[in-house]
Amino acid sequence: MGEVAHRYDETLPLEYRTQESRLNILGFWIFLGAEVALFATLFATYLVLFQRTGSGPTASELFEVKDVLIETLLLLTSSFTCGLAIFEMRRGRLAGLLAWLLVTLLLGAGFIAFEIREFIHYVHEGATMQTSAFLSSFFVLVGTHGAHVSLGIGWMILIIIQLLQRGFTPKTARKVFIVSLYWHFLDVVWIFIFTLVYLLGMVM
Amino acid sequence: MKWSEFFVTGEPLIYAADVAIVLTMVGIVFVLTYFKKWKWLWNEWLTTVDHKKIGVMYIICAVLMLFRGGVDALLMRAQLTAPNMKFLDAQHYNEIFTTHGTIMILFMAMPFIIGLMNIVVPLQIGARDVAFPYLNALSFWLFFFGALLFNISFVIGGSPDAGWTAYFPLASNEFSHGVGNNYYAVALQISGIGTLMTGINFLVTILKMRAPGMTLMRMPMFTWTILITCVLIIFAFPVLTVALALMTFDRLFDTQFFTMANGGMSMLWANLFWIWGHPEVYIVILPAFGIFSEVVSTFAGKRLFGYKAMVGSIVGIAFLSFIVWVHHFFTMGAGPAVNSAFSITTMAIAIPTGVKIFNWLFTLRKGKIRFTTAMLWSLAFIPNFVIGGVTGVMLAMAAADYQYHNSYFLIAHFHYVLIAGTVFACFAGLHYWYPKMFGHILNERLGKWTFWLFMIGFNICFFPMYFLGLMGMTRRMYTYSEGLGWTPLNVVATVGAALMGIGFIVLCYNIYYSARYGERDMTGDPWNGRTLEWATASPPVHYNFPVTPVVEDLDAYWVMKKKYGGFQVKEEDLKPIHMPSNSGRPFWMSVAFFVAGFGLVFKWFALAIVGALFIVLGLILRSFEDDDGYYIPIDEIKRMERAARKGA
Repeated sequence: MGEVAHRYDETLPLEYRTQESRLNILGFWIFLGAEVALFATLFATYLVLFQRTGSGPTASELFEVKDVLIETLLLLTSSFTCGLAIFEMRRGRLAGLLAWLLVTLLLGAGFIAFEIREFIHYVHEGATMQTSAFLSSFFVLVGTHGAHVSLGIGWMILIIIQLLQRGFTPKTARKVFIVSLYWHFLDVVWIFIFTLVYLLGMVM
Repeated sequence: MKWSEFFVTGEPLIYAADVAIVLTMVGIVFVLTYFKKWKWLWNEWLTTVDHKKIGVMYIICAVLMLFRGGVDALLMRAQLTAPNMKFLDAQHYNEIFTTHGTIMILFMAMPFIIGLMNIVVPLQIGARDVAFPYLNALSFWLFFFGALLFNISFVIGGSPDAGWTAYFPLASNEFSHGVGNNYYAVALQISGIGTLMTGINFLVTILKMRAPGMTLMRMPMFTWTILITCVLIIFAFPVLTVALALMTFDRLFDTQFFTMANGGMSMLWANLFWIWGHPEVYIVILPAFGIFSEVVSTFAGKRLFGYKAMVGSIVGIAFLSFIVWVHHFFTMGAGPAVNSAFSITTMAIAIPTGVKIFNWLFTLRKGKIRFTTAMLWSLAFIPNFVIGGVTGVMLAMAAADYQYHNSYFLIAHFHYVLIAGTVFACFAGLHYWYPKMFGHILNERLGKWTFWLFMIGFNICFFPMYFLGLMGMTRRMYTYSEGLGWTPLNVVATVGAALMGIGFIVLCYNIYYSARYGERDMTGDPWNGRTLEWATASPPVHYNFPVTPVVEDLDAYWVMKKKYGGFQVKEEDLKPIHMPSNSGRPFWMSVAFFVAGFGLVFKWFALAIVGALFIVLGLILRSFEDDDGYYIPIDEIKRMERAARKGA
């Protein structure tokens, strides 16, 4: 802390101006490093178990291509709109930022809705978490990602409220920036899920 | 569930513990009320975000857990002293070795190390606090309530009994019916989240908050080891998080991860556990190496020999620690190729570790050695740790390991590295930094009594176990028959354990004695130290440094003393100091974690949801918080500095 903590640097983008913000952003990057380790473990678990289907269905018998494609489309688009939101923030346009955040949020909610639909469908087919090791690892890996997206939606709502209350400040700008890092990270994880879970499941 | 199932019944030892717990709680409440200390407790401790106070609380918990884990150890030794003992039955013995291992690693070694790093690291790098003080408080309270949840298991619901490694299928519902292993899964999860946040916090602190002039290669060795330890925590603990989550799903929601049917794979647990577990042992040993480096350098009166090689070897050890995990189960059916690869990586760890041993020896060479208590612990570490290390290389040979595996040879090995490494370091660090924490020195005479009792007791206790292992005694057996010839060495081991217990009692008495009569440290630098923590008052004012120190070389404070006669503070350089505000939220959010965890353990999901809602509420309130801390005005700093330095 100390006077260093409040050293203010006008030349940087708003979210980087205070020392506190710089610490927070670095800390969040490191947290994402831990998240990479977390998802890597879940992927490893899935890859070890995904052919161990017991008496339950296999991946290619189960997966719904259409739902998964819609989910992918929604989430990848939301990452693009999230990027646009940051672009608007850098240009200092609060209305544009709010609009794109809202779009991001709705796309994220759409993703979750389709994912829940997909899960309910599987459960109706008799494929639950308890059926086989493959399904346990599938639901926990994809479900952990879904829980992250849901948390991100709640978090984004809180930040939108703060933007409406306080407008642009170094603090709100930093929060928007950090939630955008989180959002893009979840997108990257989804690309791996799409490839290693769904595409691999279809062909094997 | 009936009340007779909720509370553990039928065991006289447990009833005695129940009475002791109730009496202790009544005693604490009475003392706090009688001396009107509730407000003090809340304002000064429970809501604090000061890294030094948080560190002290970590260490208090660690010492309490050392007591608990030590009692477990003594109970086990009592049971094994003679053949066919009836002191503990098999189930009780299983529970005790499980809690002993889990508590000693996760709730004793970890908080002791984290406590010392909380106190020392910001001071060593010339910072006023850690990067995220609020998060630091949350880390502590999550650890605290995780430990509490784990510890109540032996009176409420029943302790875990599948070993600290909790291997499947033994730890599954099928073979461990009670709630014991739910406690294991949930309590470790809660404190593990706290540890992960500590790792992130200290990594950012060390990378970004060093005093001007302190380049990475001018950092004190303890800070270096913490930096690398943080990296280990950040990449190892998420694996534990996942492993415990999968265990929780298997136990509470009947998933099939580690089961015996429907495709489950119990070996997956062993792999995940040790992918975390092996880095974990380096998480507790690397800081120990850092402590010894500081102590040896200070009391030899010399700069640490081979600083760059020391840094290189910690980085090397950290890297290797992630690629050796299979050596924990060479006998569980991996092929010769896999075993050979892991055998080689394991033996390779001896190289950087050997480099460090020689560097400490060369630091001592031609030094003007002062045999303080901290130094005695550090000197004893070297030969004892080498015994543990050499037997470790023996265990690393996969073919030979089939002979040693799960025998007392292994027990002796890991106690030689963990006690001679981590525990000796905790004691060395405690004696060394005690004046910095509390403003008085731990009595040296009593300290040396503790040292000799504990160190000799340790060798008497564990050295015979190497031979017991070679004679065929396997770990986790609760009794043995008379004709096996193990009795004499077991008696010796129990005597050693008793000596260690007496050493611990002397340490506790020393803490009390020194608080009353100990020599007060008025200088802030009782050992003629070399690093920046000794440039502050003992105990430091809560902002640590009135002005940020400027670092010119390694051993920053030593250089200051030689060049300028100490850390010079000019009153005209003072500026208002910004400090973070206290917060009660980390405390009550961790209580919510405890409540949610307790609900999960007993599958009372309504209670778990209530706890979870309070956690979410805490996060929302934190998000909306608009508290940027406060400034200490210059006049106040002047007044505090004069008060702190009046003895100098």
